[in-house]
Amino acid sequence: MADKQKKSAVIVQILRYIRTYWALVCLSLLLAVVSVVSSLAIPVLVGYAIDYMIEAGKVDFEMVGLFLIISLICTGISAFAHWLMSQMNNRITYRVSRDIRNAAFRHVQKLPLSYLDRFSQGDIVSRVIVDVDTFADGLLVGFTQLFSGIMTILGTLLFMLFTNWQIALVVVLVTPLSLLVAKFIAQRTYDMFKAQTAARGRQTALIDETVGGIKVVQAFGHEDASLEAFNLSNEELKKTSMRATFFSSLTNPATRFVNALVYAGVAFAGALVAINGGITVGNLTSFLNYANQYTKPFNEISGVVTELQNAVACAGRVFELLDAPEMTPDPKNPASLQTVQGRVEIRNLSFSYTKNKPLLADMNLSVSAGQKIAIVGPTGCGKTTLINLLMRFYDPDQGRIYIDGVDTQEMTREDLRKSVGMVLQDTWLKNATIRENIAMGRPDASEEEIVEAAKKAKIHSFIKRLPQGYDTVIGELGGDISQGQKQLLCIARLMLCLPPMLILDEATSSIDTRTEMQVQRAFDELMQGRTSFIVAHRLSTIQEADCIWVMENGNVVEQGRHEQLLAKKGLYAKLYESQFAH
Amino acid sequence: MRKLLKYMKGYGKECTLGPLFKLLEASFELLIPLVVAGIVDIGIEAGDRGYIVKMCLLMVLLGIVGLISAVIAQYFAAKAAVGFAARLCHAVMAHILRLDYTQLDKVGTATLITRMTSDVNQVQNGVNLTLRLLLRSPFVVFGAMIMAFTIDVKSALVFAALIPVLCVVVFGIMLITMPAYRRVQQKLDGVTASTRENLTGVRVLRAFRMEKKETEQFLEKTADLASEQLRAGTISNFMNPLTFAIVNIAIVVLMQVGAVRVESGILTQGMVIALYNYMSQILVELIKMANLILNMTKATACGNRIQAVLELPAKKTAGYAPELGGKVEFQNVSATYAGASEPALAGISFTAYPGQTVGIIGGTGCGKTTLVNLICGLYEASEGKVLLDDRDIKFLDQKAICQKIGIVPQSALLFAGTVRDNLRWGKEDATDEEMREALRLAQAQFVEEKEGLDTKVEQGGRNFSGGQKQRLAIARALVRKPNILILDDSASALDYATDAALRHCIRSMNPMPTTFIVSQRAASVRHADLILVLEDGQLVGKGTSEELLRSCPVYREIYSTQFGQEVAQNG
Repeated sequence: MADKQKKSAVIVQILRYIRTYWALVCLSLLLAVVSVVSSLAIPVLVGYAIDYMIEAGKVDFEMVGLFLIISLICTGISAFAHWLMSQMNNRITYRVSRDIRNAAFRHVQKLPLSYLDRFSQGDIVSRVIVDVDTFADGLLVGFTQLFSGIMTILGTLLFMLFTNWQIALVVVLVTPLSLLVAKFIAQRTYDMFKAQTAARGRQTALIDETVGGIKVVQAFGHEDASLEAFNLSNEELKKTSMRATFFSSLTNPATRFVNALVYAGVAFAGALVAINGGITVGNLTSFLNYANQYTKPFNEISGVVTELQNAVACAGRVFELLDAPEMTPDPKNPASLQTVQGRVEIRNLSFSYTKNKPLLADMNLSVSAGQKIAIVGPTGCGKTTLINLLMRFYDPDQGRIYIDGVDTQEMTREDLRKSVGMVLQDTWLKNATIRENIAMGRPDASEEEIVEAAKKAKIHSFIKRLPQGYDTVIGELGGDISQGQKQLLCIARLMLCLPPMLILDEATSSIDTRTEMQVQRAFDELMQGRTSFIVAHRLSTIQEADCIWVMENGNVVEQGRHEQLLAKKGLYAKLYESQFAH
Repeated sequence: MRKLLKYMKGYGKECTLGPLFKLLEASFELLIPLVVAGIVDIGIEAGDRGYIVKMCLLMVLLGIVGLISAVIAQYFAAKAAVGFAARLCHAVMAHILRLDYTQLDKVGTATLITRMTSDVNQVQNGVNLTLRLLLRSPFVVFGAMIMAFTIDVKSALVFAALIPVLCVVVFGIMLITMPAYRRVQQKLDGVTASTRENLTGVRVLRAFRMEKKETEQFLEKTADLASEQLRAGTISNFMNPLTFAIVNIAIVVLMQVGAVRVESGILTQGMVIALYNYMSQILVELIKMANLILNMTKATACGNRIQAVLELPAKKTAGYAPELGGKVEFQNVSATYAGASEPALAGISFTAYPGQTVGIIGGTGCGKTTLVNLICGLYEASEGKVLLDDRDIKFLDQKAICQKIGIVPQSALLFAGTVRDNLRWGKEDATDEEMREALRLAQAQFVEEKEGLDTKVEQGGRNFSGGQKQRLAIARALVRKPNILILDDSASALDYATDAALRHCIRSMNPMPTTFIVSQRAASVRHADLILVLEDGQLVGKGTSEELLRSCPVYREIYSTQFGQEVAQNG
């Protein structure tokens, strides 16, 4: 029952997307009527023609010719209307699926990282791509065949009733059987398709993970075990797939059988009536032809219903993604930062990824404008989390972060992030040209500025050596670009946009020390007068910091300058000494 | 595609019986118009009710037999198609797992994932439809024509003329639309890539406020896709109306011819009706056949792409699987990446004895990772020899080597499951004790504060920080107590204290593994028995820290930038 409700909710949502194109929909329906009516006239006309060829020497060529010419005209009208209708339907379908994809993409942009970090990426991609595609297929078939199918049924029924109601009765009596069969199969297959879609989603996620991490798989000689895990999901998919495929493919033979029954019934009743002279042989021919036309839409409709079921199941998965709660919206009247000074205050900040395991607890810190803050501490102490909160990738459970006295939650995320530049340990580059990657923060930057930034980041000479230089597309480099070079590109990206505040989370961890030294000079220049947060393990790089926060278990346990902290002989001193340890 | 058919083996019964039962069903259908002709010409003409009853019951019977054969056929077709797809998918996965790093770099994982998901799916649908319809449709089309010839040769000539015309139209349209649909597929690939990228790079994109621009680009791509789809659709939309018109024109001609033949007494009314019915059957089947061929070409294209993956050269699987003693020797080894103009490593020679610690230090992109991957046989040396326990690695079983070496790769990738599942990667039958020991050695006790070995790990290890991931990756390598341990810059996300504690723990292992430490930090390698200094793929220094401080300017520079000038001079 709940499932049914969910299904109708999905359908309502689909209709909302279609509503935009109501004019096309109306036109399409109108054309369907024209096409169906004119095509239904043809068997009648041919039947009349047959009636004028009774037997040898008794053929009325004039009448035969007349009816044949009219049926040619009907053929032309029907064919043209049909073509035009298909055009309309294509427009509706492809635009609706485009709209849904766009909505999904827009929504993903607004989803909180807490959702994206948790959800399998392969699964989201499969929803946006494969599911929307399947949905579009179903919608197209539905539009093209469902309405004209119903029209054909009604039209045929009307004609039959007018010509001879007894024979029509036979048809009407057998019809419910056809509907029943179609409904039965559709119901059974909906669940099977759902199971198949789910199994496929799981398999896709597994493939994504295994193939995505294949180098690690191989480095551990874990191939056999991975293959075994894959086989499990493959077998599961095979099972659900077998059921879905087989049962849905029963629709055609089953309705074809009902079709045969109707046909035999019409032949039987028609022949008996014809013996009594109730109808002509030509009438019987049109009747038989109609019996075919009449049941064919049932065939199609039941096929369409299966496709639609599948489409609804897929649409459901897409809407599930669309229904995922968005980030808390930016405030309506956001506080704006005019010229950012860089005063940062952290008050009563608490945060946890999982509800019962607090990570940061009641943190209070303040930074004056232009200070260079280094954050150190053992792995897992909450450094990255603090940065997640500063950038508002995550929102705190409690407490506030203020920049220049303005609550960061009172400003738009865009404003906040515009003022903070970031280089992360995980180097991510867009699959675009090197130029586009460097200019990401400032797409309007001139060529000279881009080159200048690359030079500052000590990556210019590497880029110059590439055959396509700055136009090299990152994805095509494959193994020819190292982690460190990627990191330098990320640094160049930052060097170009010069934001008033900086976050460097292990920004130089993959770069060799000699290059780092050189980049460091540029960094020092960049940090001049800018509030900067630096997370680093190489304590040598942070000795110059105005203040060092030493974190442990989600709290800042020591803070001060390098010498002060060393003198304290606390955690920092221990960390510092250990780098010379044997 | 043809080579893929071998995965059909074992489904021979299904592949024969499926189409066979389909043919049976089709032949019953072809009999119906004859039965109707009989009803008109004999039953109605003579007013023979008994005959009519008999004939109608015969039609019902034909329907029942047809239904049974069809159900059997669908079952076999589904079974064969699904089974085939599962096997194919398995084969592709097995093959991908055997590709070496060079191939993986070249093809890219995104492509491989598409091959395994949507392409296999298309092939499955294609096979299913083929088994169901490939024999049936032509059989009905030509069967109807032959039946027409048995009724009246001259009228049947209309059929003979119609079929080629229909074929030209149907296949002509398909030929035109196929490249159009290929373009649609390309556009869709672009949309997919864009979606994926926005998920993997979400932090950076948001930090640089690229949401709007990315959305704009995405909208452009989907708009492109939609217009490409419409373009392809415009042509293929001609298919149905055009065939409908042609068949109806043929019916008109047939009726005209039939009228003449009836006038001259060659045909009866019933025969004309039968001919008319055969004509209708042809139309229905021909459209099905067109759809089938479209699906088959799509499936073949996908099949060919899968075939291409399967044809990528795999690593050799055979070879001697030795126990590793821990001696590693490089004799003048060079390695070149596929497509690269210059070697990543050139002329490297050194020997590491069991239990020794070898530090590998050098600038970004100098070939450090390549060097350690050569030890595992994950890349092959283009020149020179890599020897493990004095045996050329070329003759050893690469997978077996990987199962004995403990490696901690540069990017600490974990897999969805629990911590326990991940540690089992290192040693399949590891006991909880061994796992806890490994966690302790790797300084990864933090899991004990969570749910211990049962702590959930999400895809890629997203629920752990960079340092935590690295320590878990180290534990994963240590749990198998390897005789060769490779730490590929694995301590980069670790603070110095953890790093030092880790190195201390490794030294305490018994027996101590031959340990390769790749690092940017002089502190991590300076106590090594042997330090290899790499620059631009060349070995520019080899020796202990003291020796190198005296002899190797590159090392001296790295050292001094980290420990300060004084230390370097005093050594």
